[in-house]
Amino acid sequence: MIISINGKIHNISVESDTPLLWVLRDELKLSGTKYGCGIGTCGACMVLVNYEPVRSCTISIKDVQGEVTTIEGLAEKGKLSPVQQAWVDHQVAQCGYCQPGQIIAATALINRNPNPTDEDINESITNICRCGTYQRIRQAIRSIYKNQT
Amino acid sequence: MGKLSNIARRTFLIGSAAVTGGVAFGTYCYLKPPVNPLAPMPDEITLNPYVIINKDKIIIITPRAEMGQGIHTTLAALVAEELDVPIDMITTEHGPASNTYCNMRVLSMGLPFSDYKPSLIRDFTQRTMAVSAKFVGMQLTGGSTSTIDSFERMRSAGAAAREILLKSASYRLEADIRTLVTKDGYVIAKNGQRIKYQELAYDAAKTHSSLWPTLKPRAKWKYLGKSLPRIDMLSKINGTAKFGIDITKSDMLYATVRMNPKLGGKMLSFDATKALQKSGVKKIVDLGNGIGVIATSTWRAFKASKEIHIEWEKAPYPPTTMAIFTKLSEAFDYNANSSLRSDGDTKASLHAAEDILEAEYRTPFLAHLCMEPMNATVLLSRDRLDIWSGNQAPTVVRDKAASITGLNATRVFVHTPYMGGGFGRRIETDFIDQAVQLAMAIPGKPIKLTWTREEDTTHDYYRTAAIARMKGVVDVDRPSVFKADIAAVSVLRQQSQRTLGLTIPGPDKLLVEGAFNQPYDIKNYKVNGYVSHLSVPVGSWRSVGNSYNAFFHECFLDELAHARDLDPIQMRLDLMKGIDKPSRQVVEKVADMANWSGRKNGDKARGIAFCYSYGSPTAQIIEVSQSEFGIKIDKVWCATDVGIALDRRNIDAQIMSGVIFGLSAAIHNEITFYDGEVQQSNFNNYKTIGLAQAPEVETLILENKLEMGGVGETGTPPSMPALANAIFALTGNRIRTLPLKHYFDFA
Repeated sequence: MIISINGKIHNISVESDTPLLWVLRDELKLSGTKYGCGIGTCGACMVLVNYEPVRSCTISIKDVQGEVTTIEGLAEKGKLSPVQQAWVDHQVAQCGYCQPGQIIAATALINRNPNPTDEDINESITNICRCGTYQRIRQAIRSIYKNQT
Repeated sequence: MGKLSNIARRTFLIGSAAVTGGVAFGTYCYLKPPVNPLAPMPDEITLNPYVIINKDKIIIITPRAEMGQGIHTTLAALVAEELDVPIDMITTEHGPASNTYCNMRVLSMGLPFSDYKPSLIRDFTQRTMAVSAKFVGMQLTGGSTSTIDSFERMRSAGAAAREILLKSASYRLEADIRTLVTKDGYVIAKNGQRIKYQELAYDAAKTHSSLWPTLKPRAKWKYLGKSLPRIDMLSKINGTAKFGIDITKSDMLYATVRMNPKLGGKMLSFDATKALQKSGVKKIVDLGNGIGVIATSTWRAFKASKEIHIEWEKAPYPPTTMAIFTKLSEAFDYNANSSLRSDGDTKASLHAAEDILEAEYRTPFLAHLCMEPMNATVLLSRDRLDIWSGNQAPTVVRDKAASITGLNATRVFVHTPYMGGGFGRRIETDFIDQAVQLAMAIPGKPIKLTWTREEDTTHDYYRTAAIARMKGVVDVDRPSVFKADIAAVSVLRQQSQRTLGLTIPGPDKLLVEGAFNQPYDIKNYKVNGYVSHLSVPVGSWRSVGNSYNAFFHECFLDELAHARDLDPIQMRLDLMKGIDKPSRQVVEKVADMANWSGRKNGDKARGIAFCYSYGSPTAQIIEVSQSEFGIKIDKVWCATDVGIALDRRNIDAQIMSGVIFGLSAAIHNEITFYDGEVQQSNFNNYKTIGLAQAPEVETLILENKLEMGGVGETGTPPSMPALANAIFALTGNRIRTLPLKHYFDFA
């Protein structure tokens, strides 16, 4: 199977029902995308497929159509994306395990709505964080628009 | 730098002999100096167990689990402060499992004393415990002790390293040491000549520091007391941070397990015929109480594991939640295990009283659900065993692996990566022990064991369920009788048996902590602990006994206040008068923060709760309102006194985290049993608070106390009673059984 991840083409031979998550982690060693629940609930495995957020634990590799962007693909030439920079500025991460998924979810939100309200954020960020970093996630997302204008 | 690489090989050869010179520092020099466990790589010199210098950088060993609490940054700052190097010049490593890094504080957490009451007996026993802790040598992250335990030791390590670097500079320059100063990783002579630490390290490692290196006074701190950017932040933002589950070794195989869901039962039989036919399956391993599946990828292992038919033995505890609670309540029929609070004469005063308030409270079993499911990677080679796994107790991991394999403990190498949450779960070594067994089945191949989330949720060491029977009497303006009988499973007994192989006798403080040791002056005040011998596996869950006792104690205190229409803040302030000033101050401050004027605030309602845990008195006010979708938690105010605040932004994050963790439990969480099996399996049926439900948390960090307190767990205990008290104020419904979702909808 041919798949494009972070701008790079990969030819992968796995069973076609293998979830994208495990292709990323075990086959391609892109371990920034995390396993959390395996049932599409927690969001730790979130990646972008054609700029849309997708829970990679519940999509089989055969069903992936389009360019996949993982947490490793967000920074450009070593420069953090605006969402990543906001995360650093607000010192969001604690254990950090869910944060790649949170950042992907926030990236998808900002791409379609650069200046989201609290309600927009509530609706879009449904990823679970057991450290409870939600307040700083909200502050970080709200700061992005301000920083860019 | 040429010189350093020249001496590299020699440095390696002299190993620990050369490096013990600098380590006889600190409070425990009355015992023999700790062995330096660091085996330097070529090009590296270790000045003491905490400081490695190589030609590019200074590495600080931060031997506590980084599970989100920011501990690597704070511990590194302790050393960097005294070593006089800026934080951006250093890197950190967790370092090896070693008794040198034992937690001297944590054992004393089990002592039956109240933190707020200074006493000679307490101080003496704590000191004796610290000495015996060194012999036990347990390296453990828990009990909110890391910063407290390391505060003097790791500053001393930095100061000792700096001292020997200065000494070697003084030899080299033939200058009086008193004329030399340090700055940002250099020794600077009076004439302005600068020598980089790197160039002095080799000679320095051969000299000795004084036994008691002088530590900087607080006024001279450059890094401590400031909010530092976290050392692990960038890697956790760009996806490069390596957690245990991310470990990759060449030629590695992947595994998962299915253990008996009737916890504590054995496996009667299994049929793996179908699983063995699945692609990529290498081996099925009989683990006694379950099976391990080794395959060529995690997904293949997961899939194959579901194809195995297994007959399980029954659980050694009653099969249903209701039967378990019945058994738990039978603990009250036997003698109390402890009566750690026994002021006045509760019996006589209850006998004489006319108006007795009585209530029974209940809290459920709870799971941890760390975001990163349990996992471990193990490689058994010819004469050594390597373990890569997020864990809170490396020396326990080492010793268990040694006993499973028969290897000498010195041949077991524990590598501790970042942890995707711990909350007490990773003190246990069950999943690592399993990975060791799997590695023994295919020696020479690294095996990565990953639990499914379902395995993780159904095979936890749960927060114990607990029942409290409360009795109280209120005089005109304050309670005069407060009695709590508390039954729970003993975490202390189960956990010490598992981790140390010994049962700690006597009163179990953890079972009643948060209830018996609160700074209230009540004339007749009694707290009894009853140990239930239920064999449901229980373990440490963020704040342990405080997590349920604060709920019992603070909700019942709220009931007593309400019975006489007393203001719950003023009543607490009255009860704390003359007992503990810092506790009073956090209650006063939290009232100021929230602009407290009573339980009602327009359409909104408020609850207050307080808990003195881990050395930090902490008070919270929670405000709630009724919305069309249910009860909404609008705001949380929290004031805590940590004595000495080393990094306020990080403490703020920890308090916030503790509050959200507690609110998740209060609203949503319970582990229930049917047919001896845990009924919850994943985040879909063990829900946690999400962003939309998470209230704003405003914190205030005070430093009125003389001693440093912990922060990792202290936000959790008051959150549950503060919420329940607020909901009582809003609805008039007094809920005495968690979780609250059974009684209300939440927006």
